[in-house]
Amino acid sequence: MGAESFDRELISNEEIADLNITEHMNIAITGHVDHGKSTILGRLLVDTDSLPIGKLEQVKETCQRNSKPFEYAFLLDSLKDEQSQGITIDSCRIFFKTAKRKYIIIDNPGHIEFLKNMVTGASRAEAALLVIDAAEGIKENTKRHSYLLSMLGIKQMAVLINKMDLVDYSQDVFNAIVQELCEFLEQFEQRPTIFIPVSGLNGDNIVKRSPHLSWYKGKTVLEQLDDFVIDKPPEDKPFRMPVQDVYKFTKHGDNRRIIAGMVESGTITVGERVVFYPSSKSSVVKSIEGFNAVPLTTVGPGWALGFTTEEQIYVKRGECAGLANEQHPIVGTRILAHIFWLGKAPLKKEKSYLLKIGTKKVKMSLAEIRFNMDASNLDHNTKNQVDRNEVAEVVLELDQPIAFDLPHEITQTSRFVIVDDFEITGGGIIVNAIANQVPLIEDQINRRITQWERSSIDIQQRFEKYGQKSVMLLMIGDDFSKKNIAKMVERQLFADGKFVYYLGIDTDGNKFETDTNISSISNDETRIQQLAEMASFLLDAGLILIATASGLTPEHLEILKIALSPEKIRTIWVGSERDTDIDVDMQFTSNDDIDEFVHKIEQLVITV
Amino acid sequence: MDHLDKLENRSIYIFREAYSQFKDLCMLWSIGKDSTVLLWLARKAFFGHVPFPLVHIDTHFKIPEMIQHRDKLAMEWDLDMIYGTNFQALEEMQTFPDGNVSHLECCRLLKTEPLKVTIMGTAPRYRLNHSTGTYELDRNNVPFTGVIVGVRADEEGSRSKERYFSPRDTHNYWNISDQPPEFWNQYKTDFAPGTHVRIHPLLDWTELDVWEYILREKIPVVSLYFNHGDGKRYRSLGCGPCTFPVESDACTVEEIVEELKTGKFSNIAERSGRAQDKEDCGGLEELRKDGYM
Repeated sequence: MGAESFDRELISNEEIADLNITEHMNIAITGHVDHGKSTILGRLLVDTDSLPIGKLEQVKETCQRNSKPFEYAFLLDSLKDEQSQGITIDSCRIFFKTAKRKYIIIDNPGHIEFLKNMVTGASRAEAALLVIDAAEGIKENTKRHSYLLSMLGIKQMAVLINKMDLVDYSQDVFNAIVQELCEFLEQFEQRPTIFIPVSGLNGDNIVKRSPHLSWYKGKTVLEQLDDFVIDKPPEDKPFRMPVQDVYKFTKHGDNRRIIAGMVESGTITVGERVVFYPSSKSSVVKSIEGFNAVPLTTVGPGWALGFTTEEQIYVKRGECAGLANEQHPIVGTRILAHIFWLGKAPLKKEKSYLLKIGTKKVKMSLAEIRFNMDASNLDHNTKNQVDRNEVAEVVLELDQPIAFDLPHEITQTSRFVIVDDFEITGGGIIVNAIANQVPLIEDQINRRITQWERSSIDIQQRFEKYGQKSVMLLMIGDDFSKKNIAKMVERQLFADGKFVYYLGIDTDGNKFETDTNISSISNDETRIQQLAEMASFLLDAGLILIATASGLTPEHLEILKIALSPEKIRTIWVGSERDTDIDVDMQFTSNDDIDEFVHKIEQLVITV
Repeated sequence: MDHLDKLENRSIYIFREAYSQFKDLCMLWSIGKDSTVLLWLARKAFFGHVPFPLVHIDTHFKIPEMIQHRDKLAMEWDLDMIYGTNFQALEEMQTFPDGNVSHLECCRLLKTEPLKVTIMGTAPRYRLNHSTGTYELDRNNVPFTGVIVGVRADEEGSRSKERYFSPRDTHNYWNISDQPPEFWNQYKTDFAPGTHVRIHPLLDWTELDVWEYILREKIPVVSLYFNHGDGKRYRSLGCGPCTFPVESDACTVEEIVEELKTGKFSNIAERSGRAQDKEDCGGLEELRKDGYM
């Protein structure tokens, strides 16, 4: 290493452009405010000749005009806001290349005010540069950022000890900082890839070696960038794919029912048996679908996959696909997690939040705080809330089961975020499942239903005998007349010789949407479960069941579909203003004729 | 997976998140290369379908070939095509080509303003009737809450700070200093009533990536991007009076890719042929805060 390697890498932009560079890498640069990130980046761009012609002169001229001394950092400040405040308010991307790779360097703000921007920027990177001012030494954000980098999963980190010119290029100062930081990082098993003494201002060890730092024999910043290793995708782990959506686009006779999602880990091959968690439904992969591409038979991490299944199964967004012959994810409703909190309002026990893991979104509450921690010194304390920019170990309780893995097994599916009042306000890693888990709703219902000995008369025989198919007509909407209409329909069908039964149920929809009291949520869900159980028997007996429900949510309908199978449910919206996310099969407004409506229903249930 | 595969799959993931999370979703299609790649990615994401309307803000100063290209693809690919126009500004001749307002004011009147009201549904929307091939007044005026846009971080400074999911408040305002965090494939998909979210699946793509992808996928782009023998081609497309071609001999997509790889334009901004970027220092950023693409 030395002068030769520096010559090898310092190729002008034009020459580099001629080469076909296929490697790409994102690098995050972070550090305490004013420790000189932007100066280092400005230097890197100037010394590798990566700036557009005239840019340097233009910025120098602007500085002269405004009687400001020129700073390399100004090169990066393309936004007015930023210049006036003199700090990087948001992470921004800088494009630059070497003979080996194209880089996107994500410049992250060092001010604690903008920690959420730092998290955003750093999470996109494969490696990080942590900048420390040699004169000021290690500050709170140096530690906080390095802790967060580790939590975000960034394993490669080069520590740049900057402004060495201010400490007379002293090796002792450098060594002292190295030792102090190592002691801190050891506590959470983070080990930096390298420590480099630099001066952004003078360009020492950025691209060029420096005679002032002859005691340093290691790599320059530019050399280290090219030595970072590209992350390997987790191909050898069990297959995981959070279901993003299930598509059936019927246009132009397209009959495919495609289950789509991003593969997080492992691989999947046509013919393998997939299992969806938490529902435990399963089917065999029939085909991997694509558009304008050669059909694939095996797909691995990073692919936005779409596949069809042999048997049609009803799965939905939020489930996580795994393979039947591989290790299953854990399913639970109580988790132990390490979190970092970015919200302006603290994380509190009495409040309801949303937790998003993979594509699943569930209501969540804070059950317990094991400890709070100041990420800038790792000091533990106990409080009854988690404040902004704090880290904590907490127990979270979810109102629906989620599928997840532990970080040492599959990192990707152990990570979640917390949403408070429309904003992502925290991130976390599940470190353990907590026992005392509520059995899955599906399991609960199915277990209760199947514990009864059932009739030996086949449902088909009943259909033939009664001249009707059993179906649940679910009348929804906030129209007051709904119950009366339901009863009128019941009477008419009854008069026409149908076997029909009416059942009214009320869920308090508005309360469900806004009330933060979890118990009201459980009440609603319990009633829907009761309806599902009763309906399962009544439909099995061959009846037409008319049910009315207010405030029914798509989640409620899912529960019913799971217990009764989707084709046995018809949703009818009563009223003119349709105000629901639920897909409605039929609508009845005050202008409609009741006889015609009953006739339509009879067409639906008649067996020929 | 190569570099283009990675970009493509990430963009598809973002498309699917948007489609699953926003009930009233649309995509802006400017007929340029970026939003045409975006459209292609939508077809990839949804297996040949485009399950949301495409919105074009027609300034009536667009180069005619762009409108032809738009309607040709809209019919061929069965696209749900909508356009919006500020007819009042055109009638009152409040435009730069008419000599009455500045570049930036013209952009604001013919692009930013009609974009806002078309998204909100407070101005007429015109929708393509596929059986007649003509545009008709659209009855649907439901506001779009999710708007997919083809901006790229490498285009210019303010775009380098964008999020994949970027909220706009009730006045369309973009608050750059207080943007939501994004990490671990989790985005801002929960939003307050009256606000909307801009979705940027192309954020990580560069100009070269876009052309290499057009080459790989054989995506039809408007021929204004190619040299037709006069040694000139457009590198970025906009309104006729304010968009200027660059010197180039590239006649094919292959030649454009080669041209970009040789670094011919590495020192010249891609949008240097676009007048509104130059008028005032930070002009485009001001436009973008106010709702411009």
